Amino acid sequence: MQSTDRRSFLSTSAAGVVGCVVGAGNSNLAAVADDAPLANAPFRTSEHDAIWDLHCHFSGVTGDTVEQRAAKLLEYADRMYVQRLIFFMGWPWSYTPEPAEFRRQNDQVLGVLQRWPDRLLGFAYLNASFPDESLAEIERCIQNGPMVGVKLWVGRRCNTEDVDPLIRRCGELNALVFQHTYLKITGNLPGESTPQDLAELAARNSKVPLICGHCGADWTLGIRAVRQFPNVSVGISGSDPTAGFVEMAVRELGAERVLYGSDIGGRSFASQLAKVYGADITDAQRTLILGGNLRRMLKPIMDSKGMQQ
Amino acid sequence: MIIDVNVYLSRWPFRRLPHDTPDSLVRKLRFHGVEQAWAGSFDGLLHKDIANVNSRLVADCKQHGEGLLVPVGAVNPTLPDWQDDLRRCHEVHQMRAIRIHPNYHGYSLDSALCDELFQAAQDRRLIVQLVLAMEDVRVQHPLMRVAVVDTAPLAALVNKFPRLPLVIMNNSAAVRTGQASELAKVGNTFFELSHFESVGGLENWVKEVPVERILFGSYFPFFNLEAALLKFQESQLGGFATTTIQAGNAKDLVFDLHSQESP
Ligand SMILES: [Zn+2]
Repeated sequence: MQSTDRRSFLSTSAAGVVGCVVGAGNSNLAAVADDAPLANAPFRTSEHDAIWDLHCHFSGVTGDTVEQRAAKLLEYADRMYVQRLIFFMGWPWSYTPEPAEFRRQNDQVLGVLQRWPDRLLGFAYLNASFPDESLAEIERCIQNGPMVGVKLWVGRRCNTEDVDPLIRRCGELNALVFQHTYLKITGNLPGESTPQDLAELAARNSKVPLICGHCGADWTLGIRAVRQFPNVSVGISGSDPTAGFVEMAVRELGAERVLYGSDIGGRSFASQLAKVYGADITDAQRTLILGGNLRRMLKPIMDSKGMQQ
Repeated sequence: MIIDVNVYLSRWPFRRLPHDTPDSLVRKLRFHGVEQAWAGSFDGLLHKDIANVNSRLVADCKQHGEGLLVPVGAVNPTLPDWQDDLRRCHEVHQMRAIRIHPNYHGYSLDSALCDELFQAAQDRRLIVQLVLAMEDVRVQHPLMRVAVVDTAPLAALVNKFPRLPLVIMNNSAAVRTGQASELAKVGNTFFELSHFESVGGLENWVKEVPVERILFGSYFPFFNLEAALLKFQESQLGGFATTTIQAGNAKDLVFDLHSQESP
Protein backbone atom coordinates (compact mmCIF):
# COMPACT_ATOMS: atom_id res chain seq x y z
CA MET A 1 0.00 0.00 0.00
CA GLN A 2 1.31 3.47 -0.90
CA SER A 3 1.86 5.99 1.86
CA THR A 4 -0.62 8.40 0.26
CA ASP A 5 -3.27 5.68 0.44
CA ARG A 6 -2.45 5.23 4.03
CA ARG A 7 -2.76 8.93 4.82
CA SER A 8 -6.04 9.31 3.03
CA PHE A 9 -7.31 6.22 4.79
CA LEU A 10 -6.40 7.71 8.14
CA SER A 11 -7.91 11.08 7.35
CA THR A 12 -11.26 9.54 6.60
CA SER A 13 -11.15 7.30 9.62
CA ALA A 14 -9.76 9.73 12.17
CA ALA A 15 -12.47 10.32 14.72
CA GLY A 16 -13.09 10.02 18.37
CA VAL A 17 -12.72 7.33 20.93
CA VAL A 18 -13.46 7.95 24.54
CA GLY A 19 -11.30 6.38 27.17
CA CYS A 20 -9.11 4.29 24.91
CA VAL A 21 -5.37 4.02 25.18
CA VAL A 22 -3.54 5.61 22.29
CA GLY A 23 0.13 5.47 22.80
CA ALA A 24 2.46 2.75 21.61
CA GLY A 25 4.15 4.60 18.75
CA ASN A 26 2.45 5.58 15.48
CA SER A 27 1.91 9.29 15.98
CA ASN A 28 -0.42 9.46 12.96
CA LEU A 29 -3.07 7.78 15.02
CA ALA A 30 -3.05 10.47 17.69
CA ALA A 31 -5.03 12.95 15.57
CA VAL A 32 -8.49 12.15 16.85
CA ALA A 33 -11.67 14.06 17.53
CA ASP A 34 -14.07 13.31 20.34
CA ASP A 35 -17.45 13.57 18.66
CA ALA A 36 -17.42 10.65 16.28
CA PRO A 37 -20.58 8.70 15.66
CA LEU A 38 -20.59 4.98 16.23
CA ALA A 39 -19.39 4.08 12.76
CA ASN A 40 -18.80 0.86 10.90
CA ALA A 41 -20.74 -1.45 13.14
CA PRO A 42 -21.63 -3.58 10.18
CA PHE A 43 -24.06 -6.01 11.69
CA ARG A 44 -26.47 -5.07 14.45
CA THR A 45 -29.36 -6.50 16.35
CA SER A 46 -32.60 -4.59 16.03
CA GLU A 47 -35.10 -3.16 18.47
CA HIS A 48 -37.76 -5.18 16.69
CA ASP A 49 -36.16 -8.51 17.56
CA ALA A 50 -37.93 -8.80 20.96
CA ILE A 51 -34.97 -10.49 22.60
CA TRP A 52 -35.49 -12.08 26.00
CA ASP A 53 -32.39 -13.37 27.77
CA LEU A 54 -32.83 -16.58 29.77
CA HIS A 55 -29.58 -16.50 31.70
CA CYS A 56 -28.05 -13.50 33.48
CA HIS A 57 -25.83 -12.98 36.53
CA PHE A 58 -24.44 -9.96 38.34
CA SER A 59 -20.87 -10.71 37.24
CA GLY A 60 -18.54 -9.12 34.70
CA VAL A 61 -19.14 -5.53 35.87
CA THR A 62 -18.11 -3.59 38.94
CA GLY A 63 -20.44 -2.30 41.65
CA ASP A 64 -20.81 -2.54 45.40
CA THR A 65 -24.42 -3.68 45.21
CA VAL A 66 -26.35 -5.90 42.83
CA GLU A 67 -28.47 -2.84 41.96
CA GLN A 68 -25.37 -1.01 40.73
CA ARG A 69 -24.28 -4.07 38.80
CA ALA A 70 -27.73 -4.62 37.28
CA ALA A 71 -27.82 -0.98 36.19
CA LYS A 72 -24.56 -1.41 34.30
CA LEU A 73 -25.64 -4.69 32.75
CA LEU A 74 -28.85 -3.02 31.59
CA GLU A 75 -26.80 -0.41 29.74
CA TYR A 76 -25.22 -3.17 27.69
CA ALA A 77 -28.60 -4.87 27.28
CA ASP A 78 -30.01 -1.59 25.92
CA ARG A 79 -27.24 -1.36 23.34
CA MET A 80 -28.09 -4.86 22.14
CA TYR A 81 -31.87 -4.31 22.30
CA VAL A 82 -32.37 -7.07 24.84
CA GLN A 83 -35.83 -6.34 26.26
CA ARG A 84 -36.06 -8.64 29.24
CA LEU A 85 -33.40 -10.37 31.33
CA ILE A 86 -33.84 -13.29 33.70
CA PHE A 87 -31.49 -13.10 36.66
CA PHE A 88 -30.58 -15.84 39.06
CA MET A 89 -28.09 -16.21 41.90
CA GLY A 90 -26.70 -13.22 43.80
CA TRP A 91 -23.28 -11.72 44.19
CA PRO A 92 -20.97 -13.20 45.20
CA TRP A 93 -22.33 -16.63 44.45
CA SER A 94 -21.44 -20.05 45.80
CA TYR A 95 -21.38 -23.56 44.37
CA THR A 96 -23.04 -25.37 47.27
CA PRO A 97 -25.03 -22.78 49.22
CA GLU A 98 -26.57 -23.55 52.60
CA PRO A 99 -30.24 -22.47 52.84
CA ALA A 100 -29.37 -19.16 54.53
CA GLU A 101 -26.98 -18.43 51.69
CA PHE A 102 -29.38 -19.16 48.82
CA ARG A 103 -32.04 -17.12 50.64
CA ARG A 104 -29.57 -14.20 50.84
CA GLN A 105 -28.82 -14.46 47.13
CA ASN A 106 -32.52 -14.70 46.23
CA ASP A 107 -33.18 -11.60 48.35
CA GLN A 108 -30.68 -9.75 46.18
CA VAL A 109 -32.55 -10.81 43.05
CA LEU A 110 -35.89 -9.84 44.61
CA GLY A 111 -34.39 -6.39 45.23
CA VAL A 112 -33.54 -5.78 41.57
CA LEU A 113 -36.89 -7.18 40.40
CA GLN A 114 -38.60 -4.52 42.50
CA ARG A 115 -36.42 -1.80 40.97
CA TRP A 116 -36.87 -2.85 37.32
CA PRO A 117 -40.19 -4.76 37.20
CA ASP A 118 -40.68 -4.14 33.48
CA ARG A 119 -37.21 -5.29 32.44
CA LEU A 120 -36.12 -8.04 34.81
CA LEU A 121 -37.45 -11.45 35.75
CA GLY A 122 -36.06 -13.78 38.40
CA PHE A 123 -35.57 -17.48 39.03
CA ALA A 124 -35.06 -18.71 42.61
CA TYR A 125 -31.65 -20.25 43.27
CA LEU A 126 -32.04 -23.61 45.06
CA ASN A 127 -29.73 -26.37 46.25
CA ALA A 128 -31.08 -29.88 45.83
CA SER A 129 -28.94 -31.04 48.75
CA PHE A 130 -31.56 -29.22 50.89
CA PRO A 131 -34.89 -30.38 49.41
CA ASP A 132 -37.12 -29.18 52.25
CA GLU A 133 -35.59 -25.73 52.49
CA SER A 134 -35.59 -25.50 48.70
CA LEU A 135 -39.28 -26.33 48.63
CA ALA A 136 -39.90 -23.58 51.18
CA GLU A 137 -37.91 -21.20 49.00
CA ILE A 138 -40.17 -21.99 46.05
CA GLU A 139 -43.14 -20.96 48.19
CA ARG A 140 -41.43 -17.78 49.36
CA CYS A 141 -40.05 -16.59 46.02
CA ILE A 142 -42.56 -17.95 43.50
CA GLN A 143 -45.91 -18.81 45.13
CA ASN A 144 -45.75 -15.75 47.41
CA GLY A 145 -43.25 -13.71 45.43
CA PRO A 146 -42.59 -12.39 41.92
CA MET A 147 -40.19 -15.07 40.67
CA VAL A 148 -41.15 -17.26 37.71
CA GLY A 149 -38.75 -20.20 37.83
CA VAL A 150 -35.93 -21.95 39.63
CA LYS A 151 -32.23 -22.37 38.98
CA LEU A 152 -30.45 -25.53 40.02
CA TRP A 153 -26.69 -25.35 39.69
CA VAL A 154 -24.03 -27.70 40.98
CA GLY A 155 -25.27 -28.34 44.53
CA ARG A 156 -26.35 -31.87 43.67
CA ARG A 157 -26.73 -33.97 40.53
CA CYS A 158 -30.28 -33.75 39.28
CA ASN A 159 -30.80 -37.46 38.59
CA THR A 160 -31.55 -38.01 42.29
CA GLU A 161 -35.22 -38.61 43.13
CA ASP A 162 -34.86 -36.12 45.98
CA VAL A 163 -35.26 -33.38 43.37
CA ASP A 164 -38.64 -34.66 42.21
CA PRO A 165 -40.80 -32.86 44.84
CA LEU A 166 -39.21 -29.56 43.75
CA ILE A 167 -39.90 -30.31 40.11
CA ARG A 168 -43.50 -31.34 40.82
CA ARG A 169 -44.13 -28.12 42.77
CA CYS A 170 -42.70 -26.07 39.91
CA GLY A 171 -45.04 -27.93 37.59
CA GLU A 172 -48.03 -26.98 39.73
CA LEU A 173 -46.97 -23.33 39.71
CA ASN A 174 -46.03 -23.29 35.99
CA ALA A 175 -42.57 -22.18 37.13
CA LEU A 176 -39.72 -22.95 34.74
CA VAL A 177 -36.90 -25.24 35.86
CA PHE A 178 -33.42 -24.29 34.71
CA GLN A 179 -30.85 -27.00 35.40
CA HIS A 180 -27.19 -26.24 34.67
CA THR A 181 -25.61 -29.13 32.76
CA TYR A 182 -22.05 -29.71 31.62
CA LEU A 183 -20.12 -32.52 30.00
CA LYS A 184 -16.50 -31.75 30.72
CA ILE A 185 -13.90 -34.11 29.34
CA THR A 186 -11.72 -32.53 32.03
CA GLY A 187 -14.15 -33.75 34.72
CA ASN A 188 -17.37 -32.34 36.17
CA LEU A 189 -17.68 -30.95 39.68
CA PRO A 190 -18.99 -33.48 42.24
CA GLY A 191 -22.55 -32.13 42.19
CA GLU A 192 -22.57 -31.06 38.54
CA SER A 193 -25.26 -32.58 36.33
CA THR A 194 -24.85 -33.88 32.82
CA PRO A 195 -27.54 -33.71 30.13
CA GLN A 196 -27.91 -37.45 30.67
CA ASP A 197 -28.75 -36.78 34.34
CA LEU A 198 -31.37 -34.30 33.22
CA ALA A 199 -32.77 -36.87 30.81
CA GLU A 200 -33.36 -39.19 33.79
CA LEU A 201 -35.14 -36.37 35.60
CA ALA A 202 -37.19 -35.60 32.48
CA ALA A 203 -38.27 -39.23 32.16
CA ARG A 204 -39.63 -39.20 35.72
CA ASN A 205 -41.29 -35.78 35.35
CA SER A 206 -42.50 -35.87 31.78
CA LYS A 207 -45.22 -33.23 32.22
CA VAL A 208 -42.96 -30.50 33.61
CA PRO A 209 -41.02 -28.27 31.20
CA LEU A 210 -37.29 -28.48 31.95
CA ILE A 211 -34.45 -26.40 30.56
CA CYS A 212 -31.10 -28.04 29.88
CA GLY A 213 -28.79 -25.14 30.76
CA HIS A 214 -25.69 -24.82 28.52
CA CYS A 215 -26.92 -27.94 26.70
CA GLY A 216 -23.97 -29.71 28.28
CA ALA A 217 -21.56 -27.21 26.66
CA ASP A 218 -20.54 -30.12 24.44
CA TRP A 219 -23.78 -29.52 22.57
CA THR A 220 -23.18 -32.27 20.03
CA LEU A 221 -23.72 -34.69 22.93
CA GLY A 222 -26.15 -32.60 24.97
CA ILE A 223 -28.67 -32.31 22.14
CA ARG A 224 -28.63 -36.07 21.63
CA ALA A 225 -28.99 -36.76 25.36
CA VAL A 226 -32.26 -34.85 25.68
CA ARG A 227 -33.62 -35.44 22.18
CA GLN A 228 -36.12 -38.13 23.28
CA PHE A 229 -37.72 -35.92 25.92
CA PRO A 230 -40.12 -33.37 24.46
CA ASN A 231 -40.50 -31.61 27.83
CA VAL A 232 -36.81 -30.61 27.70
CA SER A 233 -35.70 -27.39 26.00
CA VAL A 234 -32.06 -26.44 25.61
CA GLY A 235 -30.47 -23.16 26.68
CA ILE A 236 -27.64 -22.15 24.37
CA SER A 237 -25.87 -19.80 26.80
CA GLY A 238 -22.44 -19.80 28.30
CA SER A 239 -20.21 -21.46 25.75
CA ASP A 240 -18.04 -20.29 22.88
CA PRO A 241 -19.97 -19.15 19.79
CA THR A 242 -19.14 -22.34 17.92
CA ALA A 243 -20.93 -22.37 14.61
CA GLY A 244 -23.47 -25.09 14.01
CA PHE A 245 -24.85 -25.33 17.57
CA VAL A 246 -28.21 -23.73 16.86
CA GLU A 247 -28.55 -25.42 13.47
CA MET A 248 -28.11 -28.86 15.05
CA ALA A 249 -30.48 -28.02 17.91
CA VAL A 250 -33.17 -26.85 15.48
CA ARG A 251 -32.64 -29.90 13.27
CA GLU A 252 -32.80 -32.44 16.09
CA LEU A 253 -35.20 -30.81 18.57
CA GLY A 254 -37.19 -28.28 16.57
CA ALA A 255 -36.87 -24.52 17.03
CA GLU A 256 -39.59 -24.58 19.72
CA ARG A 257 -37.18 -26.30 22.10
CA VAL A 258 -34.24 -23.90 21.69
CA LEU A 259 -33.84 -20.88 23.98
CA TYR A 260 -31.46 -17.92 23.68
CA GLY A 261 -29.61 -16.92 26.83
CA SER A 262 -26.23 -15.32 27.39
CA ASP A 263 -24.80 -16.14 30.84
CA ILE A 264 -23.63 -12.52 31.17
CA GLY A 265 -21.55 -11.00 32.60
CA GLY A 266 -18.92 -13.79 32.32
CA ARG A 267 -20.01 -14.04 28.69
CA SER A 268 -20.97 -11.26 26.32
CA PHE A 269 -24.31 -10.63 24.65
CA ALA A 270 -22.33 -10.41 21.41
CA SER A 271 -20.92 -13.91 21.41
CA GLN A 272 -24.12 -15.56 22.58
CA LEU A 273 -26.52 -13.66 20.32
CA ALA A 274 -24.21 -14.51 17.42
CA LYS A 275 -25.10 -18.17 17.84
CA VAL A 276 -28.67 -17.28 16.89
CA TYR A 277 -28.06 -14.52 14.35
CA GLY A 278 -25.28 -16.49 12.68
CA ALA A 279 -27.26 -19.70 12.35
CA ASP A 280 -28.64 -20.81 9.01
CA ILE A 281 -32.27 -20.96 10.13
CA THR A 282 -35.48 -19.21 9.08
CA ASP A 283 -36.55 -15.84 10.45
CA ALA A 284 -39.51 -17.51 12.14
CA GLN A 285 -37.21 -19.94 13.91
CA ARG A 286 -34.90 -17.10 14.95
CA THR A 287 -37.82 -15.20 16.44
CA LEU A 288 -38.82 -18.21 18.52
CA ILE A 289 -35.30 -18.76 19.83
CA LEU A 290 -34.58 -15.10 20.63
CA GLY A 291 -37.66 -14.77 22.85
CA GLY A 292 -40.83 -16.26 21.40
CA ASN A 293 -40.36 -19.62 23.08
CA LEU A 294 -39.57 -18.08 26.44
CA ARG A 295 -42.62 -15.83 26.28
CA ARG A 296 -44.80 -18.85 25.43
CA MET A 297 -43.34 -20.92 28.28
CA LEU A 298 -43.64 -18.07 30.79
CA LYS A 299 -47.10 -16.91 29.77
CA PRO A 300 -49.09 -19.09 32.20
CA ILE A 301 -47.14 -18.07 35.29
CA MET A 302 -46.86 -14.44 34.24
CA ASP A 303 -50.60 -14.32 33.55
CA SER A 304 -51.32 -15.81 36.97
CA LYS A 305 -49.24 -13.07 38.56
CA GLY A 306 -50.79 -10.35 36.43
CA MET A 307 -47.45 -9.61 34.78
CA GLN A 308 -47.42 -8.06 31.31
CA GLN A 309 -45.31 -9.52 28.55
CA MET B 1 -14.27 -1.94 5.50
CA ILE B 2 -13.06 -4.79 7.65
CA ILE B 3 -9.84 -6.82 7.59
CA ASP B 4 -10.38 -10.12 9.37
CA VAL B 5 -7.01 -11.55 10.46
CA ASN B 6 -8.39 -14.85 11.74
CA VAL B 7 -10.12 -17.09 9.22
CA TYR B 8 -9.56 -20.76 8.40
CA LEU B 9 -10.07 -22.74 5.22
CA SER B 10 -10.47 -26.50 4.72
CA ARG B 11 -12.13 -28.79 7.26
CA TRP B 12 -12.23 -28.79 11.04
CA PRO B 13 -11.34 -32.43 11.80
CA PHE B 14 -14.22 -33.18 14.21
CA ARG B 15 -17.36 -31.91 12.51
CA ARG B 16 -18.47 -30.04 9.44
CA LEU B 17 -18.86 -26.32 10.02
CA PRO B 18 -21.42 -24.15 8.24
CA HIS B 19 -19.57 -22.14 5.53
CA ASP B 20 -16.53 -24.41 5.47
CA THR B 21 -16.28 -24.28 1.69
CA PRO B 22 -14.34 -21.34 0.24
CA ASP B 23 -17.23 -20.01 -1.85
CA SER B 24 -19.68 -20.01 1.01
CA LEU B 25 -17.09 -18.56 3.38
CA VAL B 26 -16.25 -15.72 1.00
CA ARG B 27 -19.91 -14.97 0.35
CA LYS B 28 -20.64 -14.57 4.02
CA LEU B 29 -17.52 -12.52 4.74
CA ARG B 30 -18.32 -10.18 1.88
CA PHE B 31 -21.96 -9.87 2.90
CA HIS B 32 -20.84 -8.59 6.29
CA GLY B 33 -18.33 -6.07 4.98
CA VAL B 34 -15.13 -8.05 5.30
CA GLU B 35 -12.95 -7.04 2.36
CA GLN B 36 -9.82 -8.91 3.31
CA ALA B 37 -9.46 -12.10 5.33
CA TRP B 38 -6.17 -13.62 6.45
CA ALA B 39 -6.77 -17.32 6.01
CA GLY B 40 -4.92 -20.24 7.51
CA SER B 41 -5.81 -23.88 6.99
CA PHE B 42 -7.29 -26.33 9.47
CA ASP B 43 -5.07 -28.88 7.72
CA GLY B 44 -2.08 -27.15 9.25
CA LEU B 45 -3.01 -28.60 12.64
CA LEU B 46 -2.51 -32.30 11.97
CA HIS B 47 -1.11 -32.80 8.49
CA LYS B 48 2.61 -33.56 8.21
CA ASP B 49 2.90 -32.62 4.55
CA ILE B 50 2.74 -28.95 5.43
CA ALA B 51 4.21 -27.84 2.11
CA ASN B 52 1.21 -29.31 0.35
CA VAL B 53 -1.18 -27.81 2.89
CA ASN B 54 0.23 -24.38 2.11
CA SER B 55 0.14 -24.90 -1.65
CA ARG B 56 -3.51 -25.90 -1.49
CA LEU B 57 -4.25 -22.92 0.73
CA VAL B 58 -2.63 -20.56 -1.76
CA ALA B 59 -4.55 -22.15 -4.65
CA ASP B 60 -7.84 -21.83 -2.76
CA CYS B 61 -7.16 -18.19 -1.97
CA LYS B 62 -6.38 -17.48 -5.63
CA GLN B 63 -9.37 -19.36 -6.94
CA HIS B 64 -12.00 -17.92 -4.60
CA GLY B 65 -12.91 -14.44 -3.47
CA GLU B 66 -11.07 -12.34 -6.07
CA GLY B 67 -8.35 -11.28 -3.70
CA LEU B 68 -10.42 -11.22 -0.52
CA LEU B 69 -8.55 -14.22 0.91
CA VAL B 70 -4.91 -13.69 1.89
CA PRO B 71 -3.10 -16.97 2.60
CA VAL B 72 -1.28 -17.36 5.90
CA GLY B 73 0.98 -20.40 5.84
CA ALA B 74 1.38 -23.05 8.49
CA VAL B 75 4.83 -23.82 9.83
CA ASN B 76 5.57 -26.69 12.19
CA PRO B 77 9.15 -26.47 13.51
CA THR B 78 9.11 -30.05 14.79
CA LEU B 79 9.05 -31.38 11.21
CA PRO B 80 12.29 -32.18 9.34
CA ASP B 81 13.41 -29.28 7.16
CA TRP B 82 10.65 -26.96 8.35
CA GLN B 83 12.94 -24.14 7.33
CA ASP B 84 12.05 -24.85 3.72
CA ASP B 85 8.33 -24.59 4.50
CA LEU B 86 9.07 -21.15 5.90
CA ARG B 87 11.19 -20.26 2.88
CA ARG B 88 8.43 -21.31 0.48
CA CYS B 89 5.84 -19.33 2.43
CA HIS B 90 7.98 -16.25 2.04
CA GLU B 91 9.75 -16.64 -1.30
CA VAL B 92 7.45 -18.82 -3.36
CA HIS B 93 4.02 -17.86 -2.02
CA GLN B 94 4.97 -14.26 -1.16
CA MET B 95 3.19 -14.51 2.16
CA ARG B 96 3.36 -11.76 4.76
CA ALA B 97 2.41 -13.93 7.69
CA ILE B 98 2.63 -17.43 9.09
CA ARG B 99 0.30 -19.04 11.61
CA ILE B 100 1.66 -21.33 14.32
CA HIS B 101 -0.04 -23.84 16.65
CA PRO B 102 2.59 -24.81 19.26
CA ASN B 103 0.11 -26.88 21.30
CA TYR B 104 -0.93 -29.02 18.34
CA HIS B 105 2.67 -29.40 17.20
CA GLY B 106 4.15 -30.18 20.58
CA TYR B 107 6.65 -27.47 21.44
CA SER B 108 6.65 -24.77 24.07
CA LEU B 109 7.26 -21.05 23.76
CA ASP B 110 10.53 -21.37 25.70
CA SER B 111 11.95 -24.15 23.50
CA ALA B 112 14.95 -23.82 21.22
CA LEU B 113 12.70 -24.71 18.29
CA CYS B 114 10.46 -21.78 19.02
CA ASP B 115 13.48 -19.48 19.28
CA GLU B 116 14.76 -20.67 15.92
CA LEU B 117 11.37 -20.21 14.30
CA PHE B 118 10.92 -16.70 15.68
CA GLN B 119 14.44 -15.75 14.64
CA ALA B 120 13.86 -17.04 11.13
CA ALA B 121 10.52 -15.26 10.88
CA GLN B 122 12.05 -12.02 12.13
CA ASP B 123 14.90 -12.31 9.61
CA ARG B 124 12.34 -12.62 6.84
CA ARG B 125 10.17 -9.84 8.29
CA LEU B 126 7.15 -12.10 8.53
CA ILE B 127 4.20 -11.59 10.83
CA VAL B 128 3.74 -14.50 13.24
CA GLN B 129 0.19 -15.40 14.23
CA LEU B 130 0.37 -17.37 17.47
CA VAL B 131 -2.85 -19.34 18.04
CA LEU B 132 -3.34 -20.17 21.71
CA ALA B 133 -6.21 -22.63 21.38
CA MET B 134 -8.63 -24.02 18.82
CA GLU B 135 -11.49 -25.04 21.08
CA ASP B 136 -12.62 -25.07 24.70
CA VAL B 137 -10.47 -27.78 26.31
CA ARG B 138 -13.50 -28.99 28.28
CA VAL B 139 -15.32 -30.21 25.19
CA GLN B 140 -12.50 -31.74 23.17
CA HIS B 141 -12.59 -35.18 21.60
CA PRO B 142 -11.37 -37.70 24.21
CA LEU B 143 -8.62 -38.92 21.89
CA MET B 144 -7.54 -35.41 20.97
CA ARG B 145 -7.10 -33.39 24.13
CA VAL B 146 -4.81 -30.45 23.51
CA ALA B 147 -4.01 -27.94 26.25
CA VAL B 148 -4.04 -24.18 25.71
CA VAL B 149 -0.56 -22.86 24.83
CA ASP B 150 1.33 -22.05 28.03
CA THR B 151 1.87 -18.30 27.83
CA ALA B 152 4.16 -18.01 30.86
CA PRO B 153 7.27 -17.77 28.61
CA LEU B 154 5.65 -15.16 26.36
CA ALA B 155 7.15 -12.11 28.08
CA ALA B 156 10.70 -13.47 27.74
CA LEU B 157 10.04 -14.43 24.12
CA VAL B 158 8.72 -10.98 23.22
CA ASN B 159 11.72 -9.43 24.98
CA LYS B 160 14.01 -11.49 22.81
CA PHE B 161 12.24 -10.57 19.56
CA PRO B 162 10.89 -7.06 20.19
CA ARG B 163 10.65 -6.13 16.49
CA LEU B 164 8.86 -9.28 15.37
CA PRO B 165 5.17 -8.52 14.66
CA LEU B 166 3.41 -11.08 16.80
CA VAL B 167 -0.37 -11.52 16.75
CA ILE B 168 -1.87 -13.34 19.73
CA MET B 169 -4.92 -15.25 18.50
CA ASN B 170 -7.83 -17.12 20.09
CA ASN B 171 -7.00 -15.63 23.45
CA SER B 172 -9.82 -16.40 25.88
CA ALA B 173 -8.09 -15.59 29.12
CA ALA B 174 -4.58 -16.99 28.74
CA VAL B 175 -3.24 -13.44 28.35
CA ARG B 176 -5.22 -10.94 30.40
CA THR B 177 -5.41 -7.23 29.62
CA GLY B 178 -2.80 -6.27 32.22
CA GLN B 179 -0.20 -8.64 30.80
CA ALA B 180 -1.23 -7.69 27.29
CA SER B 181 -0.49 -4.01 27.87
CA GLU B 182 2.96 -4.98 29.20
CA LEU B 183 3.62 -7.11 26.11
CA ALA B 184 2.51 -4.22 23.89
CA LYS B 185 5.08 -1.98 25.58
CA VAL B 186 8.11 -4.23 25.14
CA GLY B 187 7.30 -5.82 21.81
CA ASN B 188 5.53 -5.47 18.53
CA THR B 189 2.63 -7.49 19.92
CA PHE B 190 -0.95 -7.41 18.66
CA PHE B 191 -4.12 -8.97 19.99
CA GLU B 192 -6.91 -10.38 17.86
CA LEU B 193 -10.38 -9.99 19.39
CA SER B 194 -12.35 -13.14 18.49
CA HIS B 195 -12.18 -14.56 22.01
CA PHE B 196 -12.54 -11.36 24.05
CA GLU B 197 -15.34 -12.24 26.46
CA SER B 198 -17.41 -10.92 29.37
CA VAL B 199 -20.00 -8.25 28.89
CA GLY B 200 -18.45 -5.24 27.12
CA GLY B 201 -15.27 -7.29 26.67
CA LEU B 202 -13.89 -5.29 23.74
CA GLU B 203 -14.45 -2.02 25.58
CA ASN B 204 -12.44 -3.37 28.52
CA TRP B 205 -9.54 -4.26 26.23
CA VAL B 206 -9.59 -0.84 24.59
CA LYS B 207 -9.40 0.80 28.01
CA GLU B 208 -6.26 -1.09 28.99
CA VAL B 209 -4.38 -1.94 25.81
CA PRO B 210 -3.27 0.56 23.12
CA VAL B 211 -6.03 0.61 20.53
CA GLU B 212 -3.57 0.27 17.67
CA ARG B 213 -2.58 -3.13 19.01
CA ILE B 214 -6.03 -4.66 18.70
CA LEU B 215 -6.99 -6.42 15.46
CA PHE B 216 -10.33 -7.61 14.14
CA GLY B 217 -10.48 -11.39 14.01
CA SER B 218 -13.53 -13.61 13.87
CA TYR B 219 -12.22 -17.19 13.96
CA PHE B 220 -14.80 -17.82 11.25
CA PRO B 221 -16.02 -20.40 10.30
CA PHE B 222 -15.35 -22.15 13.62
CA PHE B 223 -17.08 -19.25 15.39
CA ASN B 224 -20.13 -17.48 14.07
CA LEU B 225 -18.84 -14.44 12.21
CA GLU B 226 -21.48 -12.30 13.94
CA ALA B 227 -19.79 -12.78 17.33
CA ALA B 228 -16.91 -10.50 16.40
CA LEU B 229 -19.18 -8.05 14.58
CA LEU B 230 -21.62 -7.67 17.45
CA LYS B 231 -18.80 -6.77 19.86
CA PHE B 232 -18.82 -3.36 18.14
CA GLN B 233 -22.45 -2.89 19.07
CA GLU B 234 -22.00 -4.01 22.66
CA SER B 235 -18.86 -1.95 23.27
CA GLN B 236 -19.04 1.78 22.73
CA LEU B 237 -15.77 2.66 21.04
CA GLY B 238 -16.37 5.63 18.80
CA GLY B 239 -15.53 5.87 15.12
CA PHE B 240 -11.76 6.06 15.30
CA ALA B 241 -11.23 3.02 17.50
CA THR B 242 -13.78 1.11 15.46
CA THR B 243 -12.13 1.77 12.10
CA THR B 244 -8.61 1.34 13.34
CA ILE B 245 -9.43 -2.01 14.96
CA GLN B 246 -11.54 -3.20 12.06
CA ALA B 247 -8.98 -2.41 9.38
CA GLY B 248 -6.45 0.36 10.01
CA ASN B 249 -4.18 -1.57 12.34
CA ALA B 250 -3.95 -4.58 10.06
CA LYS B 251 -3.21 -2.29 7.09
CA ASP B 252 -0.50 -0.51 9.06
CA LEU B 253 1.00 -3.79 10.14
CA VAL B 254 1.50 -4.93 6.57
CA PHE B 255 2.50 -1.44 5.43
CA ASP B 256 5.19 -1.12 8.10
CA LEU B 257 6.74 -4.43 7.07
CA HIS B 258 6.67 -3.31 3.45
CA SER B 259 8.32 0.02 4.19
CA GLN B 260 11.05 -1.76 6.16
CA GLU B 261 11.85 -3.79 3.07
CA SER B 262 12.30 -0.78 0.79
CA PRO B 263 13.34 2.16 2.93
ZN1 LIG C 1 -24.86 -19.17 34.67
